[in-house]
Amino acid sequence: MEEQRVGTVNGQEPTIVAFFCTWCTYTAADLAGTSRMKYPPNVRIIRVMCSGRVDPQFVVEAFAQGADGVLIGGCHPGDCHYVEGNYKALRRIALLKRVLRTMGIEDERLRLEWISASEGDKVARVISEMVGAVRRLGRLDLPAKRRGWDAEVLPHGGPTEALAAAAAPDGR
Amino acid sequence: MSNPTKPQVAFYWCASCGGCEEAVVDLADGVLAVVDAVDIVFWPVALDFKRSDVEARPDGSIAVAFVNGAIRTSEQEEMAHMLRRKAQFLIAFGACSHLGGIPGLANLWDRESVLRGSYSEAPSVVNPEGTLPQESWQEDGRRVTLPAFRDTVRTLDQVVEVDYYIPGCPPTPKLLMDAVQAILSGALPPRGSVLAPDIALCDQCHLKATKPDRLLLASFKRPHQVLIDPETCLLSQGLLCLGPATRAGCEALCPHGNMPCTGCFGPTSRVHDVGAKLVSAVGSAFDASSPDAIEAVLSTIPDPVGTFYRYSLPASRLRRKVSQAAPAEAAQ
Ligand code: SF4
Ligand code: SF4
Ligand code: FES
Repeated sequence: MEEQRVGTVNGQEPTIVAFFCTWCTYTAADLAGTSRMKYPPNVRIIRVMCSGRVDPQFVVEAFAQGADGVLIGGCHPGDCHYVEGNYKALRRIALLKRVLRTMGIEDERLRLEWISASEGDKVARVISEMVGAVRRLGRLDLPAKRRGWDAEVLPHGGPTEALAAAAAPDGR
Repeated sequence: MSNPTKPQVAFYWCASCGGCEEAVVDLADGVLAVVDAVDIVFWPVALDFKRSDVEARPDGSIAVAFVNGAIRTSEQEEMAHMLRRKAQFLIAFGACSHLGGIPGLANLWDRESVLRGSYSEAPSVVNPEGTLPQESWQEDGRRVTLPAFRDTVRTLDQVVEVDYYIPGCPPTPKLLMDAVQAILSGALPPRGSVLAPDIALCDQCHLKATKPDRLLLASFKRPHQVLIDPETCLLSQGLLCLGPATRAGCEALCPHGNMPCTGCFGPTSRVHDVGAKLVSAVGSAFDASSPDAIEAVLSTIPDPVGTFYRYSLPASRLRRKVSQAAPAEAAQ
């Protein structure tokens, strides 16, 4: 079933985690839904009070837990309910992108967009574009990568028994 | 010979610079009190005990093992497992063992590029045949071996369970003394704690009173670019002082020397990912709203990863640079 395929961490479909400001982009996503606009089902939307509430730690955590892309939606410049939360988001995301680039995570995996409550069509378009871009890059899937990185060391905590058994004279 | 009535203590070093060993020596007169109270059974930098001496001891017979340095080679990993078995308390001593430290920045590269960089590309190296270290080599009927050099640098707790952490690059003598006393008297906080106050460094800094609530910097500066005013919070002077995101315990050693804190004590327990937290803090500390103006200010931070994760890249949520090659296969 489509439902199960998307979002399974080992599946081949990319997962996008989206942080949408409740005052604008989240409402626009609602509008896109009630207007029956079509966009790929790969996105998991998390509602936040403002784009300025999106701590860069949330973004890094989303990637660490298996997101292939992170999308942040906020009010247009000048329209933020908390006056300058979206400018703060702009500054943070610009710096976070530089950090991620150095860590080998491509720019296209993190996107910040201004989408007002009436722009349901823009929600659909941005999500479609981002899913397309991330699909072209391939999955990031950091949980699987971490398992690969750890293949070179003994399992954490396990070797106490393993080494003891190896050292036992009767070869237990 | 070991004295059976005193608790046995071991010190070991992994991927480190030796500064943590120096911190033990820096106990100065205090070292005598330590030596009086404990029986040091292993300390490769100072005493002539062998690995086999430790192996011969019963499991759990060593009271405390202090391990400094990150885990980079198979030998370091084996020693960590061995000391874990022999010791009741395994303590990650210093930033490298705690968070990966400076050697952890090598997680921006991989095994091949590190070896190539060090053994053939470095300008000071002459190696026309491109000889690289091998794990095993046969010559004249003799076989020599070296430990395996891993693709990824790890913190101590990424290979074995760790009981306590003593932070710092290196830890201060006071912190080590306090830890030894806490262990000897049994007055220990919950297992897994960092043995330093869980407050931000600014709270121990003599410049805190001059730190404004809200910063509106126009650019960031590096210490060689400004004449530092020793009476004013360094961050408010545009120096990227990591005090607000760093755990206290050193009593603001660096700001006392007019140098911004670079974060060697690691974060407080409330911080989940140091670098991302600092991205957040820096994003709030300057005032620019157009993409061009933002880029102009950010360009004054030439190396964000090296600055924000200076001591903690292996402990970060991303851990290492993602490479396109499949690392699991490269490791075989
Ligand atoms: S100099 Fe650094 S540690 Fe001291 S108050 Fe300012 S930011 Fe905090
Ligand atoms: S001021 Fe910062 S970098 Fe300096 S010793 Fe203290 S924690 Fe470490
Ligand atoms: S309230 Fe929408 S971005 Fe701040």
